[in-house]
Amino acid sequence: MDKQRRKFLKIAGASALAGIGAPALVKLTAGSAYASTHGAAPAHGAAPATGHAEAAPTGVRLGMVIDMRVIADHPALLDKAISSCTEAHNIPDFAGDRKNEIKWIWKAPFGSVFTEHSTSHLPKMVQDTDFAVLCNHCDDPPCVRACPTKATFKVKANGIVAMDFHRCIGCRFCMAACPYGARSFNWQDPRPYVKKYNPDFPTRMRGVVEKCNFCGERLALGKEPACVEACKGTGAIVFGDLNDPQSEIRQILDREFTIQRKPSLGTKPSVFYIV
Amino acid sequence: MIEKTLKGKPAYWIWLAFLGMFMAVGVACYVRQYLFGLGLTGMSRDVSWGLYISQFTFLVGVAAGGVMLVLPYYIHDYKVFGRITILGEFLAIAAIVMCLLFIMADLGQPLRALNVVLHPTPNSMLFYDMIVLNGYLFLNILCGWVILTAERKQVHPPKWIYFFVYLSIPFAVSIHTVTAMLYCGLPGRHFWLSAIIAPRFLASAFAAGPALIVLISLILKRVANYDAGKEAINKLVTIMIYSALLNLFFIGLEFFVGYYSNIPGHKETLQYLFFGLEHHGHVYNNLVPFMWASIIFMVGSIAMLATPAIRKGNEFLLGLACLILFTGLWIDKGLGFVFGGFVPNPLLEITEYIPTANELGIALGIWATGFFVLTLLYKIAVNVEHEIEH
Repeated sequence: MDKQRRKFLKIAGASALAGIGAPALVKLTAGSAYASTHGAAPAHGAAPATGHAEAAPTGVRLGMVIDMRVIADHPALLDKAISSCTEAHNIPDFAGDRKNEIKWIWKAPFGSVFTEHSTSHLPKMVQDTDFAVLCNHCDDPPCVRACPTKATFKVKANGIVAMDFHRCIGCRFCMAACPYGARSFNWQDPRPYVKKYNPDFPTRMRGVVEKCNFCGERLALGKEPACVEACKGTGAIVFGDLNDPQSEIRQILDREFTIQRKPSLGTKPSVFYIV
Repeated sequence: MIEKTLKGKPAYWIWLAFLGMFMAVGVACYVRQYLFGLGLTGMSRDVSWGLYISQFTFLVGVAAGGVMLVLPYYIHDYKVFGRITILGEFLAIAAIVMCLLFIMADLGQPLRALNVVLHPTPNSMLFYDMIVLNGYLFLNILCGWVILTAERKQVHPPKWIYFFVYLSIPFAVSIHTVTAMLYCGLPGRHFWLSAIIAPRFLASAFAAGPALIVLISLILKRVANYDAGKEAINKLVTIMIYSALLNLFFIGLEFFVGYYSNIPGHKETLQYLFFGLEHHGHVYNNLVPFMWASIIFMVGSIAMLATPAIRKGNEFLLGLACLILFTGLWIDKGLGFVFGGFVPNPLLEITEYIPTANELGIALGIWATGFFVLTLLYKIAVNVEHEIEH
């Protein structure tokens, strides 16, 4: 187990570094992400970019499995995951003001999350449990297709759908394009509403869009995503490479029946749910 | 020719001052918005586009409507439109100016607008919209100016200009098609995800643009002694009637698909717009009166326009019918289409949108700016015509 975890962190860390640092680094092939041995140190770990090589189809694709059975038994886990995300990313708190709210990972009932599924005769567990909602980091993201400036883009090395807050012009085309309601806009300066400032992650200015980034900045340091760490040891949220048959997440996916949100839209979400 | 805008009767200056007042209010409101952020609008996380983008969408149609004059006049050599075509070309310029201002007003980071050019992204429909809108603006300025200059000198326009005139025709169609594609290519927004959006946009544009041109022509006849000609107006009214009927037909088809298939996603927004949508025991219906007013306006004005006594005998009622039709189409596309598309949101929750006073101030200011530009352009066109006659 420990060995597996180490391996996962190396992969995640190196691939995140390749993606998050600068657009030039994004071009790293998945191969170099695998080859790296020191996730936290780019100089030693990641191989230099090799031009415009096409990412191999077997490249890293980070994904998540959310086990709602665990969360139903321990609803406090989801609250813990949400608050650790809020602290990690300086997410402002507008005290329930629907107009301004910024949401990266949040709670919603089954019927809102799985709009394509039937809601008649749901078991009590499903009716009573709040589901975790976050960006699906789609393999074919409509928001990336819509963005006119490449301010939101898919990181080739690991499949994360990332945002460049400094390039975003605030046209909100991505918000109209996202079929999952995963994106938030800073209608006003969010900084006065950040409860506890975390100097390790940038605060945003008004007029830009933001959303869950699968904790690319934490992966780069060899850490797990904040929400995953908050649920450590419970199996509520499992994170890893969907393309690696040996990964923990793949073993769960191979074993359990999972569902994705709105599969008919062809976006290929990377977030799976066990209900 | 620009010097012609500097001389005019007191009414001309009073009208410009009247528009200037609204422009000043708009600037003041925009400064407030610029300093605080788009939080001063009624938009929200759920309804993330509001009045600005809806006005933009409608005005692209007004701009494209000018092609209903350019096409018969230049392609079919329909001489009756000789005096009115320039009005269509100049209206397109003013409408595109408004479109671009509305886009700028809607940006969260307006100073970064050039990122669209610095980081061109051909998979984004906004990239193509930028190209065709600016292209159409350029073509109309070029064609309008060159042809008016030739007219003033009483010579034939240079041959090369016809290349650009013909080019402006597919551009007119493309600006509204690409604008429709901003909406109809988005997965998960069922109301917009319809192949009929682009044709519906064009039909409504070919009614709204000419309606405004006829209305303005009737006003110019009174205040500027500029007669576009009875036959030209009569022909435009015919175009308007058919286009408005097509638009109604397309709306009817949307209703059929939604309600006969009975697929919730296809009918929820129509339900919200026209009847009110129930959610957790509350009925959300703040656009219902507007949408029915729109239908009544469109049907009523078509009936008025089709009445020979009004169409040929009563200029006041004809102008009124044009105004009602324009308003009906404006509610249909300039309010309901964009606002409705966000209800319900992707999680089937409902947030209603009501523009704020500051937002209305900016929108009014941009409309006033458009009419200010239009007034100056029409002043030039009318004076040139008068100059030739003397």
